[in-house]
Amino acid sequence: MNAEPLLQASALILKRQHKTVLDNISLTLQPRQIMTLIGPNGCGKSTLIRVLLGLEGVDSGHIERRPGLRIGYMPQRLSLDQRMPLTVQGFLRLSRGATAATIQHWLQRLNITALAQQSVHDLSGGEWQRVLLVRALLSQPDLLVLDEPVQGVDVQGQMELYQLIPQLRDELGCAVLMVSHDLHLVMAATDEVICLNGHVCCSGHPDQVSINPAYIQLFGMRPDKTPLAHYTHHHDHQHCAGDHGQASPLAPPAYGAKRHD
Amino acid sequence: MIDFWWLMPLTAGLLLALVAGPLGSFVVWRRMAFFGDTLAHGALLGITLGVLTDINLTLALILGSLLLALLLVPLEQRARLSSDTLLGIVSHSTLAIGLVTLSLTQGIRVDLMGYLFGDLLAVQSTDVLWIAGAGAILLGLLIWQWQALLAITVSPELAAIDGYPVQRLKLLLLLMLAVLVALAMKVVGILLVSALLIIPPASARASARSPLQMAVLASISGMLAVLIGLWASFHWDTPAGPSVVVAATALFIASLLLQPWLSRRAG
Repeated sequence: MNAEPLLQASALILKRQHKTVLDNISLTLQPRQIMTLIGPNGCGKSTLIRVLLGLEGVDSGHIERRPGLRIGYMPQRLSLDQRMPLTVQGFLRLSRGATAATIQHWLQRLNITALAQQSVHDLSGGEWQRVLLVRALLSQPDLLVLDEPVQGVDVQGQMELYQLIPQLRDELGCAVLMVSHDLHLVMAATDEVICLNGHVCCSGHPDQVSINPAYIQLFGMRPDKTPLAHYTHHHDHQHCAGDHGQASPLAPPAYGAKRHD
Repeated sequence: MIDFWWLMPLTAGLLLALVAGPLGSFVVWRRMAFFGDTLAHGALLGITLGVLTDINLTLALILGSLLLALLLVPLEQRARLSSDTLLGIVSHSTLAIGLVTLSLTQGIRVDLMGYLFGDLLAVQSTDVLWIAGAGAILLGLLIWQWQALLAITVSPELAAIDGYPVQRLKLLLLLMLAVLVALAMKVVGILLVSALLIIPPASARASARSPLQMAVLASISGMLAVLIGLWASFHWDTPAGPSVVVAATALFIASLLLQPWLSRRAG
């Protein structure tokens, strides 16, 4: 994969009042790469997403997007005012460049054709998330940005949505940048994980990150998913809590955590 | 020969209600009601300005309103809660300053009650021309930018990512509101302007299935209120502006009572 990166951020710093929200964050997103941001609440995941999307500025740092990059964004939550009557179809038509055909295609693809004429105010959490996902897909994006895509979705629905993401990547040939609070749910569908807590705690392939001491310190060990299976590799992987900010290599999707052995 | 003097106020009222339908819907969706009030109160300063400089009062009103809208832009960008108090201060102080300065302009008689509560029956053909001209521009802009204005109302963020110029569109909406408020002053008066903006869309909500339907129904409901209000005003010799607002309120209550039946059809 020698293609030009879709998005490259270097040394992003954002301070709010006296708190450093983003502390020297750099990352590179390659075409067709699935990257997941994880981290505790308030660690700056959503802020980083908003900064990368250009919705918010930074105090210092630099973001470079590939020229003409089309982005599809699924926000963490979007509550619509009850006073505006709006059907799902009407909501989707507000997407710039959406045609009846593309709307129909993606509604069908996500199995929610039946919702087209329903009021957006009558949808369940899971249905609404799917509608928002369709909204993000309508622009035929090169980069799909999903902020906590499974919020308000039941467990069965969560699994389905996460299985869908790599499929969508293959169908659209797009890269995916998503935020999740649960690494184990997204592990199978992720090329690279960036563990965020203001700064980049550690990054790499999900298998490696899940046994990284910095990650375990933040999230604890899961009793049901102890990383025993990986334990034999443990000594191979030096933890990278120290290398703030440069955790993501410019190299293609890293299939292994940074190590110095 | 039949006297057609009532044709002017009727045309003015109907044209205003037509434009107020879609624009008022945005006021309701974007929770800008208090904003409309502030613009209306501040418009009294525009009148003072017009009286002092002896330029066309309608023009002075529109200019004053636009100026105030521009000053209020930073307020609209900020969080709603904190701006509430500030808006209230601007709103009532401009009203008070306007009243005080008007009373100081000795020798010039201004029909204050006419501006506070509207003087629809004093509407002349030049007023109608102003309303028709400016109203046509507003309606044209609304139709032209309908999709974009809806997009920024539903989600400014998604609209920004779609490439809409969100800030400019917000400003456009604000300025359009300022012009409409200035035009409506003569008809319903400073104190009742926002009623004309808010009540018809509220009545339209129950039976509308799309934003466009709500806007069109709001126009129809507003025009109906103008017809009923003016008729009542002639019949019982009540003030025209307040009568229109009372009629609009009656229509709103009717829509509430009919809501179970309407929403079953509209879903």
